[in-house]
Amino acid sequence: MAASKKNKVKTSFTLRGVEFKNRVFVASGTFGYGDEIRTLVDVNRLGGIFTKSLSWKPRAGNPPQRVVETASGMLNSIGLANIGVHAFIEQKLPNLRALDTKIIANIAASSLQEYCDVLSLLEEQEGIAAYEINVSCPNVKEGGLNFGTDCSMIGKITASLRKLTNKALIIKLTPNVTHISEFARAVEAEGADAVSVINTLIGMAIDIKTRKPKLSTVTGGLSGPAIKPVALAKVYEVAKSVKIPIFGIGGIASVEDAIEFLLAGATAVQVGTMNFVDPAISVKIADGMAIYAREHGISDLGTLVGALDADLKFSVLQSWL
Amino acid sequence: MAAKEKMKSERKEMLTVARKSLENKETIMNGIVQQLCKVQSCDEVVAETFLLRFASPEITASAKPGQFVNVLAAETGKGPLLRRPFSIARVDSDIVELLFHAIGAGTILLSQKQPGDMIDVLGPLGQSFRVDADYDTALIVAGGIGVAPFPFLTTDLLKRGKRIETFVGYRNAGQILTSHLQNIHIATDDGSTGFHGNVVQLFEPFLDRTELGKVKIFACGPTVMLKALAGLAKRKNICCEVSLEGHMACGVGLCQGCPVERTGDGAKYALVCKDGPIFLTTDIIL
Repeated sequence: MAASKKNKVKTSFTLRGVEFKNRVFVASGTFGYGDEIRTLVDVNRLGGIFTKSLSWKPRAGNPPQRVVETASGMLNSIGLANIGVHAFIEQKLPNLRALDTKIIANIAASSLQEYCDVLSLLEEQEGIAAYEINVSCPNVKEGGLNFGTDCSMIGKITASLRKLTNKALIIKLTPNVTHISEFARAVEAEGADAVSVINTLIGMAIDIKTRKPKLSTVTGGLSGPAIKPVALAKVYEVAKSVKIPIFGIGGIASVEDAIEFLLAGATAVQVGTMNFVDPAISVKIADGMAIYAREHGISDLGTLVGALDADLKFSVLQSWL
Repeated sequence: MAAKEKMKSERKEMLTVARKSLENKETIMNGIVQQLCKVQSCDEVVAETFLLRFASPEITASAKPGQFVNVLAAETGKGPLLRRPFSIARVDSDIVELLFHAIGAGTILLSQKQPGDMIDVLGPLGQSFRVDADYDTALIVAGGIGVAPFPFLTTDLLKRGKRIETFVGYRNAGQILTSHLQNIHIATDDGSTGFHGNVVQLFEPFLDRTELGKVKIFACGPTVMLKALAGLAKRKNICCEVSLEGHMACGVGLCQGCPVERTGDGAKYALVCKDGPIFLTTDIIL
């Protein structure tokens, strides 16, 4: 009773000693380096920004067409186009450092050595709160390795990076495997602090007039509201298998969607594709979560994490009609 | 009891804030606006081509010829997910005009808008035509719906006292759109009106007319047309700016979905949405 005296909702949470002001983040590759949109949106109201993937050298990315809309979603084949970690440090990081939100550097690489090199270089910089490791981009296939679908490989990457940093290591997992929970367990065992669930699902679209694929790379990554039910199920599966926190990702477009992810077991959420439709949507969801909590007498959003009521005996399906 | 009443009223206030926070669609910074705009009219001007007019004092105040807006035609979850980009065809006091072909789910939905309907608009976006460069005559070349950005450009060029010659190409006489253009020369593929042939064939001889002084080409249309013009401009050493179309999700550089290959050193691609949609033909590979 006394707790709700000031009606103040606790929105923050802590990961490896770092406090994040709320549980809503923008997903890697959907918000640039935070500066493209800084003038349009008050990014300081976000829990944090996951940067566009960073590789050692700049990557031009794939030729057009890179994006195609599908039912309630989109396919992309950007190919990790990015300015490279050196340009990021020189041109982007100084501005990002000045923001009143946390910056999580997303790292992509085509070899174990490259992951280590990029992370080591970023370790020397100020202003990075944590790392997210992209082992699961579906649009880049080099060196004959598809890290994200090789359980022992992502364990090895996690173990190697763990030795290089004391900051939080978040491993972004692909859903394009038989049991995502095995991968979550593998990275947990090697010292990962959290997992991001899920990256895009491999998908495809065809122009029947020309009989050609609509993406230059034939297949690409499916994202957006279309994948939300899949993502929720994967978060639920991972939550049952590991103790480390989960960043839930997949088609989040509203406060209600974000709450669903928390109930399924996510500690925080990342908003992705919907940033393209409404650049301010992540901020609106962050603000809206606190308001939702107040409305429902919830003093700490953390109490929702994994609070799914799986007792189906008295379940009543609302809003079916 | 009083405390309870107070809590109740505080709660009510918070709910109002909640609603405001979620419904407030307006974010204005750096001239770019995201807002709900009221449709004034939407009419089919020629077959499958619509002129949509909506009110936005903010967009009309900062828009420049060649820029575009990204329009969400559907409510979230009830239709196409992504916005659709459209060149700004003209601004008329507080009114923005868009000219578009209704050819897909998004544009068909947009074509059905009635006066009073609201549309979610993000803009003005991208780079504009560089109108202040050193030239006497603007040669505007448009193919089909590629005419869209030119009424706006024409208004601007007239203010600057430039001479304008406009070349428009269509499949047939039934598709011709020429309102708010100047000194119009028409080509049709079937010869039903004007020059029988494509617009580049019609246009080419004009480049030898000395009375036009120094010329600059402004073009928008199918890639084959732009490619031919780029080649022509290069041979004759004329400045040529084109407006490109790109498949894009966001329109502001976030998704990196709309690359166009650059010439020269440095990055391999430019983005149509952010670095364009207006490009010098010498800067890109069509």
